[in-house]
Amino acid sequence: MIRFIAKRLGSGLVVLFVVSALTFFLLYISSGSIARNILGDQATAEQVALKEQELGLDQPLLTRYLAWVADALSGNLGASWFTSEPVANSLASRIPVTMTMVFTAMILIAICAALIGVLAAVKRGWVDRVVQVGAIIGDSIPGFVIGVILVTILAIQLGLFPATSTISPEAGADAWVYSMSLPVIALLINGVTGGAQQIRSAVIKQLERDYVRTLRSRGIGEREILFKHVLRSAAPAGLTVLSLQLIGMLGGVVIIEQIFALPGMGPLAVAATGQSDLPVVMGVVMYTVVVVIVVNLLVDILNGWLNPKVRVS
Amino acid sequence: MSDSVETAAAAASTPAVPTGQSGTVVRSTVIRRLFRNPLGLVAMTILLAISLLAILAPVLAPFDQNYANIAKTLAAPDSVNILGTDSAGRDVWSRLLFGAQLTLLSALLCAGVAIAIGLPAGLIAGYYAGKFEAVSNWVVSILMSLPGLIVLLTIRAAFGPSVWMSMIAFGILISPSYFRLTRTAVQSVRNELYVDAARVSGLSDLSIIARHIFSVVRAPIIIQTAAIAGVAIAIQSGLEFLGLGDPTKATWGVMLSEGFKNVYLTPTLLFWPALAMALTIGGLVLLGNAIRDALEDGEKIKHRKQAATSVKGPLAGPTPARLPARPSRKSVAAVDLGTEHHLVKVTNLGVGYPQADGSIKKVVDDVSFHVDRGEFLGIVGESGSGKSQTAFSILGLLPENARVVGGSIQFDGNYTVAPGEERVSQERLSKLRGKRISYIPQEPMSNLDPAFTIGYQLVTPMVRVLGISKAEARQRALKLLADVGIVSPDRTFNAYPHEVSGGMAQRVLIAGAISCEPDLVIADEPTTALDVTVQADVLDLLRELQRRLNIGVILVTHNFGVVADLCDRVAVMQNGRLVEEGPVRDILRNPQEPYTQRLLASMLEGKEPMSMLVSPRPKEPVA
Repeated sequence: MIRFIAKRLGSGLVVLFVVSALTFFLLYISSGSIARNILGDQATAEQVALKEQELGLDQPLLTRYLAWVADALSGNLGASWFTSEPVANSLASRIPVTMTMVFTAMILIAICAALIGVLAAVKRGWVDRVVQVGAIIGDSIPGFVIGVILVTILAIQLGLFPATSTISPEAGADAWVYSMSLPVIALLINGVTGGAQQIRSAVIKQLERDYVRTLRSRGIGEREILFKHVLRSAAPAGLTVLSLQLIGMLGGVVIIEQIFALPGMGPLAVAATGQSDLPVVMGVVMYTVVVVIVVNLLVDILNGWLNPKVRVS
Repeated sequence: MSDSVETAAAAASTPAVPTGQSGTVVRSTVIRRLFRNPLGLVAMTILLAISLLAILAPVLAPFDQNYANIAKTLAAPDSVNILGTDSAGRDVWSRLLFGAQLTLLSALLCAGVAIAIGLPAGLIAGYYAGKFEAVSNWVVSILMSLPGLIVLLTIRAAFGPSVWMSMIAFGILISPSYFRLTRTAVQSVRNELYVDAARVSGLSDLSIIARHIFSVVRAPIIIQTAAIAGVAIAIQSGLEFLGLGDPTKATWGVMLSEGFKNVYLTPTLLFWPALAMALTIGGLVLLGNAIRDALEDGEKIKHRKQAATSVKGPLAGPTPARLPARPSRKSVAAVDLGTEHHLVKVTNLGVGYPQADGSIKKVVDDVSFHVDRGEFLGIVGESGSGKSQTAFSILGLLPENARVVGGSIQFDGNYTVAPGEERVSQERLSKLRGKRISYIPQEPMSNLDPAFTIGYQLVTPMVRVLGISKAEARQRALKLLADVGIVSPDRTFNAYPHEVSGGMAQRVLIAGAISCEPDLVIADEPTTALDVTVQADVLDLLRELQRRLNIGVILVTHNFGVVADLCDRVAVMQNGRLVEEGPVRDILRNPQEPYTQRLLASMLEGKEPMSMLVSPRPKEPVA
């Protein structure tokens, strides 16, 4: 098991390295006018040249990348070109907000999607039809549009929730939960509809397996078959579904935070993108990839624990 | 678009029939099914309407997309601006139309890029495998681990606001979905006989791919494209909603963003682009589902046809016309008569499956037989003869949609299916299954749960059914494993199913079947999936256990040789009906029915059928 984890961790690091290189070259390959953009149209050619030197843009691309890697390994991700705030600091202050939302939403998705999906697979009938229709509706309306609709109706028209959620945790747990609930709901609706549908399919697939029939023939009760055998075998598929949703949510949360004016990664990423503040963009990509790698690693470990065959190989 | 849907759907539903008339027939039925599906029709209508509006935007739109009337901002709908104006005084309806144009084009671009990369890569990886596949799998795993929106933000930061740039990037990012789909499809047909035949007949790889393999992946690709176009529209709009789109272009995302800025003043500005998006993406989702349903229905019908023809296979020969006459009622009636007590008594059993058109297709029809304790009954027939369905009705393990359409089943004098009941009573059978009736399946590996040790799967039923302690059950399980001829029971007990051989797994399943000392064991082709050398051992084991424990056994098989070896009595089934039933020796020596004669003749290939079977065969102890 330890070798298995080490192998996965190693391949995760390789991915991190490759993605960082790709992103870096992609970002800086077309960076001819960066200094000009920062200084504005009024700046003279000398000022621009000086700024380029200051940012290290006169160096060859490879040298700059290696320097970035060296810095990054010591925890220094550079500083914003516009605010001069160290990227690592801005990330550190914003990651908790975003991650709280993402993980709250993911836990709720996992619980709701699993419950509804299993219920639909076992009971079929109307529950199943609701899940099917729900999945189509969820697929048809992008998550951020659902967020917009929720804000417009629940917050602005009906005034049930605050429309913006810029409340710090110090304002008291109640107020904080209250202000966070709408963004989290907006974040999880698509996840629940899609997840329930896919978990339903995974469970139905397992229920049709031969060994389920044999277990029944041995006199094992339906409930034990479902909870001990079927769910365990369907779990890897469910985990994969959830991990893909989490990856998607790292993008979706950017828009949701923008809608609700939350001080998370979203506004930082959007502002940096709009200004081509490349060090910040680079930092955002790195944080995302690290989260993805960690999540995938956890999923692999869980799968190894659930499935003896994976563990052995 | 509907043209390509037609051909692709047809091709995918007939992968084994690359050309010819049958292809045409299936194609028309898939298309007809697609049009008959109300949701499919709605989806196509919506998408067609939106496409038309988009194409005709320059004609239909009363204003240019960026024409701004500053004197008339955020206006309510009137005769000039039928949906009102936005905060810059631009006409919402016109912008919606031009937005449709750009949105659909960008979705097409994204899907096009994804197909251009994913399809050839998938074809190559699937067809040639090797290093290319390994490398592409690795690239795929990287691409799949990147959240789309974050990548698009990066592209936007590097290249500025361009719909086309971001859609090309997203196309690359999402190309793995085509890659994986194509690779899987190609792998599944790569080793098909008709592809081998094409290769042998000297076709180049390129033309094999073009002619045979490409036709298999077309329909899945169309379904995938519907989904991906929807995702592309959503993510592009998301980017624009963040204010990172091209402000000079009217797209639905830009309009949403603009509407959200004015949400306190005129929330209707949000409504129209949101509606347009939901309709378009919803239409694509529904269309994809409808095509998939149409194809799946086509598959089902094809399987049914194949099954039907295989039943009338070589053995049935030219005499199927007399089948419904129920030829051997006499011999069946002999069993049927009276009310004598049997371990299992099946009376006039009928099993059927409801069809889409409301009729019921009978797979078992008017079957009667009985089994007593200590008796070995063989049910013999070709695949599709209804023998397994009969066995599963006794076990109460028919598939969910099966219906008992006639007759009854009694176990030890009690009805498990009373006359007139539509389903097997699970309530009554759950008390019998495992305890008094048990089951030996056909395919050993798939019948053990891969996630649990063999020991666990032996012990639990004993604990549940017999109510003994785990430790006691463990002792019994080890003894059972030794009884069924497993050399080191301890090791097997602790092994996972994937760690033992097929023959070993089948012995484990037999041990499981007899673990709770049942009165009746139903064995469904217990040796078909095993090596020939292992088959004999397993059959000997079955016979030995049956004699020692004095249990009744129903052995379902297509092999008369096995029947001759083991059974006391045999029932011959064909097309869901019982053709002939009686003591094995009588039937082997003197088969009454032409079908039985043909079945025997085909097994023994012209030898004098009884020569080697008359003399009683000495039974060797289990190896």
